[in-house]
Amino acid sequence: MKPSSFEYQRPDSLAAAMAALAGQEATPMSGGQSLLILLRMRMTEASTLIDVSRLPELSASSLDQGILRIGAGTTHAAIEDGLVPDASCGMMARVAGGIAYRAVRNVGTIGGSLALSDPAADWPVCLLALGASVVVQGESGERRHAMADFLTGTFTTLLEPGELLTRIEMPALPTGSRWGYAKLARKHGAFADSLGAAVLPAGGDPRMVLGATMEHARLLTRSMEALARDPDLGWDVLAPILRDDIAEADPNADAYRLRCHVATLRKALLQARGY
Amino acid sequence: MRIQLELNGDRTRVDVEPRDILADTLREACGLTSVHLGCEHGSCGACTIEIDGQVARSCLILSIAAEGRPVRTLDGLAEDPVMQALKQSFHRKHALQCGFCTPGMLMIARDMIRRHDRLDEATVREGLAGHICRCTGYVGIVDAILDAHASLSDRHADSQADNQAGDRAGDRADHHHETRRAG
Repeated sequence: MKPSSFEYQRPDSLAAAMAALAGQEATPMSGGQSLLILLRMRMTEASTLIDVSRLPELSASSLDQGILRIGAGTTHAAIEDGLVPDASCGMMARVAGGIAYRAVRNVGTIGGSLALSDPAADWPVCLLALGASVVVQGESGERRHAMADFLTGTFTTLLEPGELLTRIEMPALPTGSRWGYAKLARKHGAFADSLGAAVLPAGGDPRMVLGATMEHARLLTRSMEALARDPDLGWDVLAPILRDDIAEADPNADAYRLRCHVATLRKALLQARGY
Repeated sequence: MRIQLELNGDRTRVDVEPRDILADTLREACGLTSVHLGCEHGSCGACTIEIDGQVARSCLILSIAAEGRPVRTLDGLAEDPVMQALKQSFHRKHALQCGFCTPGMLMIARDMIRRHDRLDEATVREGLAGHICRCTGYVGIVDAILDAHASLSDRHADSQADNQAGDRAGDRADHHHETRRAG
């Protein structure tokens, strides 16, 4: 199908983009790799598209004094290829390389993915596990949200109309930290049935995240507390705790989906522990 | 509105609406009929092109957003050595039947060969996951890509060896062996 008609603007600076987004019904578009599908299928509509894919303010990344900043307009492929500094012990490059297909990764962006907040998306899971925050540019300046607060529901975040997600910030994962990431999908590049992440920061508390739920990615707090008390906790003890966490994170999951969730989380933890 | 596109090295002016999709503009307005439209929502890979030197799906790019960014389609790669090797291998290994998916397959195959010094079957199959072929069962396509990669590696090794003064025959044979295994 073809999208219905809309207006199109391509501002050349962040200030111009903010002005274009203010005071009218405008939809920002970065790579458009999800938005154009939704527009083509007429599952959503836009009166004006503001193309933010060429804004220089969204393309810069840096690693400075232990804080990684990634411009929201950075493509998945740039992260996959190591063109931005790494502060995740290689986790982000691995996750990026598993998103959709290379031809999509060359165009789609990390900020666009977070702003859309598809429940089956990889970045919310990965960045929640890495303790990242997002920076949002609003009418009255910048504000920061931890990923856990930013994700509020299915395709829903704390972003308000007229605002723009400009960058991702995260503390560098200490050297020697370990991580695991597992995705279950019908085929490579397809939407995930389950996403599991485990991060064991050197000298810090473990983090476990479940994604591809009905709503949004979630930290599995009971399991994290249990692992903080005993990092070597055996599967026999951890499994029932994980199941409680999963039931809370994805209450409507059927038996198949529950098994997928247990499988990805177990695999992620085993990877992180080095098995 | 009228925009300027850079297609296969030529500058072209076309009239578009903001909602026009690059794949449609390339086919309908510019006559670049190697761009095939299958699913029109990013799943089948038949419309794969190159923009800014990177493979992309032309069904998921607005024509107007391609303004000022060099676009390359299969039509513009007739002289490309990697593409020539791929076409020969696709012929040799029976990598097509109806041919509908083939332009997209060739575009992603060229990208895989250019990005990987070493290619194995698993990597090729992963790379082809976003490309749908309803005829071949993929076996011939996978074989053809590995075959083209190996033939290009051999050619590369030959030219390297030719350039090396005092090259010993034994080393050269070893090198060949290595690149074949890598292919």
